[in-house]
Parts: sequence; structure tokens; C-alpha cells
Amino acid sequence: MKYDIILAGVGGQGVLSVSAIIASSAMKEGLYVKQSEVHGMSQRGGAVLANLRLADAPIASDLIPLGSAALILSMEPLESLRYLAYLSPEGALVTSTNPVVNIPDYPDLEGLLGHVRTLPQSRLVDGENLARAAGSARATNMVMVGAASHRLPVKVETLEHYIQTTFAAKGEKVVETNLRAFRAGREAAA
Amino acid sequence: MTDMVLLGDEAVAVGAVHAGLTAAYAYPGTPSTEILEYLVRYQKKHGGPHAAWCANEKTAYEEALGVSFAGRRAMTSMKHVGLNVAADPFMNSAIVSINGGLVVVVADDPGMHSSQNEQDTRYYADFARIVCLEPANQQEAYDMTREAFDLSERFKIPVLIRLVTRLAHSRAAVRVRDARPQNPVRKPPVASSWILLPANARRQWHDLLGRQPQFVEWSESGEFNRLRLNEERRNLGVITTGIARNYYVESLDELGYQPSHLHIGAYPVPVELVRRLLGHVSRVLVLEEGYPFVERMLRGIVAPDIEVLGKESGAVPPDGELTPDIVRRAMGLRDRRGQEIPGLSLPNRPPQLCTGCPHADSFDAVKQAIAGFESAVVTSDIGCYTLGALPPYSAVESCVCMGASVGMAKGASEAGLKPALAMIGDSTFLHSGVAPLMDAVAANTDMTLLILDNETTAMTGGQPTILPPSRIGKLVLGLGVDPAHCHVITAHHRHTEGNRKLIRKEVEYPGLSVIIAVRECVETLKTKKKAS
Repeated sequence: MKYDIILAGVGGQGVLSVSAIIASSAMKEGLYVKQSEVHGMSQRGGAVLANLRLADAPIASDLIPLGSAALILSMEPLESLRYLAYLSPEGALVTSTNPVVNIPDYPDLEGLLGHVRTLPQSRLVDGENLARAAGSARATNMVMVGAASHRLPVKVETLEHYIQTTFAAKGEKVVETNLRAFRAGREAAA
Repeated sequence: MTDMVLLGDEAVAVGAVHAGLTAAYAYPGTPSTEILEYLVRYQKKHGGPHAAWCANEKTAYEEALGVSFAGRRAMTSMKHVGLNVAADPFMNSAIVSINGGLVVVVADDPGMHSSQNEQDTRYYADFARIVCLEPANQQEAYDMTREAFDLSERFKIPVLIRLVTRLAHSRAAVRVRDARPQNPVRKPPVASSWILLPANARRQWHDLLGRQPQFVEWSESGEFNRLRLNEERRNLGVITTGIARNYYVESLDELGYQPSHLHIGAYPVPVELVRRLLGHVSRVLVLEEGYPFVERMLRGIVAPDIEVLGKESGAVPPDGELTPDIVRRAMGLRDRRGQEIPGLSLPNRPPQLCTGCPHADSFDAVKQAIAGFESAVVTSDIGCYTLGALPPYSAVESCVCMGASVGMAKGASEAGLKPALAMIGDSTFLHSGVAPLMDAVAANTDMTLLILDNETTAMTGGQPTILPPSRIGKLVLGLGVDPAHCHVITAHHRHTEGNRKLIRKEVEYPGLSVIIAVRECVETLKTKKKAS
């Protein structure tokens, strides 16, 4: 079994936390994991890409080859379309519909979402509203983990466990908000 | 034996602790920063080993050298261009007889994700005639770091570990072993071996050259360089170095057979293994991250009698980083196709200054202040504020290396470009801007230096600057800058009009002025608020 995930978003959207939670869960369930991150200059409000590779045998490359990803999970619609060349023909794209407009030439949002809908397997989720309803717009990334959870080769309980441990230091309230956000995303993409 | 999940950088840090590290020194630089960050956290939690940020890579290197002199194990880590700054102690430390193990970790950035060039550190190891290790994965990063300390003490040389971005910043499980205790304090047994007066240096250099065959013999018999010959097929041999092996291994399933393969993880190049491979095949493909270091050795000047494929033949692009797909192509495999939407073209999203960033307010004031001058020049430096080169600011005209803004403004002014204004961050100023400012003081150059003091090293994640911000003004005055032309201002849009006027007045003054624009980085401020 090999399961390659492209994680996309804009600097500051919590892409690395998403990557860490899925990676820890997969490891807990006995899978091999490689998790490649972007640090440094690109983190400053620019496009952020993480490669997360899960497999039941040792993984050599830290990077995902073209046409191999089973999933693109994106925190932002424009960013979700940037890495299509990595998505396998059977792969799925799950993205939040909420744009981060910090460039002057941001394309027409409806046009972007229309493009996403033309893909064979895509799922659009209003991450920000669901996160707000769960208690904080900052939990949008956990809504998106929930939305992708149906497709991930790890158990829901394990993901929830690592959401708890990730946010434990920030207090019970933050943990609850993020768990609610995760469940709302899961339900929205059911 | 326990498993830890670690970045390549962190695997180096843990390897060093387990090798009996006494002290580590560094200046932040992507992609090497996380090595010392890990050690700083480790020291806070466990009380040691000593881990400290330094003014620059040269001072970090020399402090590590002092630890080695004292017989104990030391590490210094930096990005590739940092070794240019530390090149003086680096080259000469190869000639002294290293006492306590000294490991130099250099993280290269092929593809220039966060750098000004993609120089390949393996040339530096060759230049200094020392041993270099190049891990291919997180486990090797740990194992090789441990081994590097032993090698350093055995061969009495600094040992260089070369990382690349994709290993430095990728996480995987690492199996770690029991820690070794630190060395006791013990001065070098032969005092003259550390005093590089010409007579001693000649002897030491001669001795280092004499030990080269030992290094090659070690590299040929060691566990890090492995040759496997395919007795059935002689059509292709592959040489991989470092992480190129990972991409090569991934292509093997589809290739359907295993070509003869030499992996190089340790240098000097294992000459005999290379000769055996080349004698066995009719064609060799060299896959290495960075420059065609091994490939060029194979080519030499006298053409080899087998076909060599690599960056110089066009089989692999000459610049940028390797990817699994580049390696597939070089192996003759077809590209795998992903999904596409015909006609879709997306705008880029370059990095940008954070909302509320003090640098943005400084750029506004500077742009207004120098408006109308025909031959003005604004030089800049390495840091977040380099983003001032991009729209909407388009406010600076140069970014070359740490500290260059100051010397370049001086030269440009002396050549006739006026007014000349240099913009440099606080951390970069303390790293490499003080010495050129001394030159400008000595010449009373007609230029203005704007120090953007956001009280941190922001681009690499907010490490502390080496001096507290309040002391930068005293330092500048101490160098002899005229107090009438040295000002501290607040970099805030509320003050843009006043700042514009002051900058205008100082750029019109026909002598040296220094303006320190102070306001804390919004990111570090946020982190501090969270922590309290």
C-alpha cells in the first residue's frame, strides 16, 4: 500500500499541523511515513506545499513523483489547483472554498471552483464557516482534515487522538474546538 | 534502541548529542536553522550540551574550534553560503591537528528555495582536503553524525556533513542508540600543531597531504560507499550520491532490473570502487544533488573510454534540485501523467511581508524620501526586507550577500551615485555590517545607512539577535558616527511623514548618516504574547 498526499495552502494556514497530525496517526497504525515540509522564505504568506507519503513498506523518496498522489488536500482553492500534475488519474482533490486574496491578480473565485468541479473526484468544503461554527475560523485546517478523513488510510479515532495531543498545550477549549471542526468537516464530506 | 520522528536537521542534532557533544554554535540560515534550534531546546530541558547562536558563521566556527582545542566534541552548523563567511577558520582548521571531534554541518539549498546561490559544499571539503559525509535519509543523518565525531578524532581533521534542503526539512522515523559520554578536558598533545606559523603550517599541511591515501582507503572500505555489480548486464552503471539514491531506488520497480550501482555517501571519492564500476559497464549515469562534482571527475580532461551521462551531457538538468521525475527521465522511463485542466493558468503567490510588518512602513518612508533624485541608489541585504524588492514596494536595488548593502552603498557613492542609501536588518548588521560601516566612518562617505531593527532574526523564524536592540545605537556611535547624524526612529505608519522628512534631510547631508528604524517583528511579538 502506498498513499501519497499533496498538502497545499498559503503560509500561516496550518498546513504543517495538518501534515503532522496525519503523519503521527499513520505511524501509530504501523505505516512508514515521510513528511517533507517547506520552511524559510516561502512561509511568508506565499504558496506552501508539503509532501506526505504513507506506505506499508519503507519509503525512499521524500518527494512525490508526478501523477502519483492519491490526494490533494488544500486549505485554499487557488492553491488546490497548483499541483494537479502530481495527482494520479484516480486521485481525489479536497479543498476549502475560502480564498486567501493577497495577490493583485487573484482569479475569479467561481471560475476556480468551477475548475475544481470538473475533476473526476473532487470535494469542495466551506472550511471557514464550518470552523467558525465549531468555535474558531483558525480551525479551518482541522475541518479539512475531517473532510479528507474518509479517504485517508488511518482510523478516525487515531486522527482524533492526535488532534487532542497536538492542541492539548493550548487548553481544553482549543482541543474541543478543533475536534468539533474535524467532525464538522467529516460530516460535510460524507 | 528507540524510534524518534525527526527532521533531517534534528537527526543531526540528536546524533551529535548521542556522540558526546559538549557544545554547538551556529548562525541561523535556511535550511540549517533547525539543527541548533533543536539543541537550544534540548539544553533548556536537560541542562546541556551547550548550544548558542552566534554573531555569524565565522565566530560560530571559531568557538567550536576552541572546544575542539580543549579536547571536547564540538559542532557548528550553517547554510551553504555561511561556509563562505567561515571559510577562513574552516580551511585552516583542516591543517591543525583537531583534538576533540569537530563536525561541520553545512546545509546546501539546490533549487535556491531560500538562498542566493546553489553552491555545492562538497567542493569545500575537497578544497580543504578533508572527509565529507553525505546522508541520504534521516537515519543516515543520525548515524553519520555519530560516526563523523569518531572520524574527526581518528583522522585529526574537521569532518564535514553535507545536507540538502529536502533532507534537512523532511521528517521520518529514526532508530537511535545509547549516548556516549562527553570527552574530558585535554589540551592538544603537540602544542605546535595549533600554532600555524609558517614553519608549523608547512609541516602540518605536508602531513595532511600525506594522509590523503588513508582517507581514500577508508572511503573505499567503509559502509557508506557501496558497489553492487550486475554480472548479467553491462549496458548501464549508475552512480548516486546522497539523496539522489532515493529517487533512483524509486525508479527501479518500473525499470525491471537492477543496473550495476555505486552509491557514494562518503568522500573523498572511493576511487577504486569507481574504477571497478567503470570497468564493468559501457555507460555510466551520474545522479548527484548540486554541481556535477563526481561527474566532472569522471570526465577529466582526457575523455574516458565509456559514455558518461549526467548534468554535463544534458541527461540531467545542470541547475536546480533533483526530483523523482528528473531521475526517471534520466533512467529512460516515461513521465507519469497527472491530472490537468486544459488552458488553466494560475498566478504565482510569492512570499510577502506580513500584515503590519515594520519594514513595510520603512519602505514607504524611504520611497517618498528619495523621490525626485535622478541618480539615487538603494542597496539592500539578506532578510525579510529583501522582499522590498518585489511589488508593491519595489524599493531596493540589490541583494547579494550578508552585509553587502553597506559596502556597496559606499562604493556606489564614491563612484558617483547619490544619494546612496543602504538598508540592512539588525541581525544582518551585527553579522557582517559593522566592518563596512567602519570603512564608511573612516572615509566619512556621503551615504545613509538605515538599520531596520525588528529586534530579531525574522526570516529564519525569530532567533534572538546577538546584541539587544538598545545597544545597536551605542555600537554605531562607538564606531565614530557623528551623533548629529545618528538617529533612532519608530518604524510605524503613524510616523511615516516625520520619518520621510528625517531620511530626506540625512540623504541630502553630504557625509555619513545612520538611522535606526525600530519596531519589533509582528511575528515574534505574537509568539511572545501567546507565551505570556
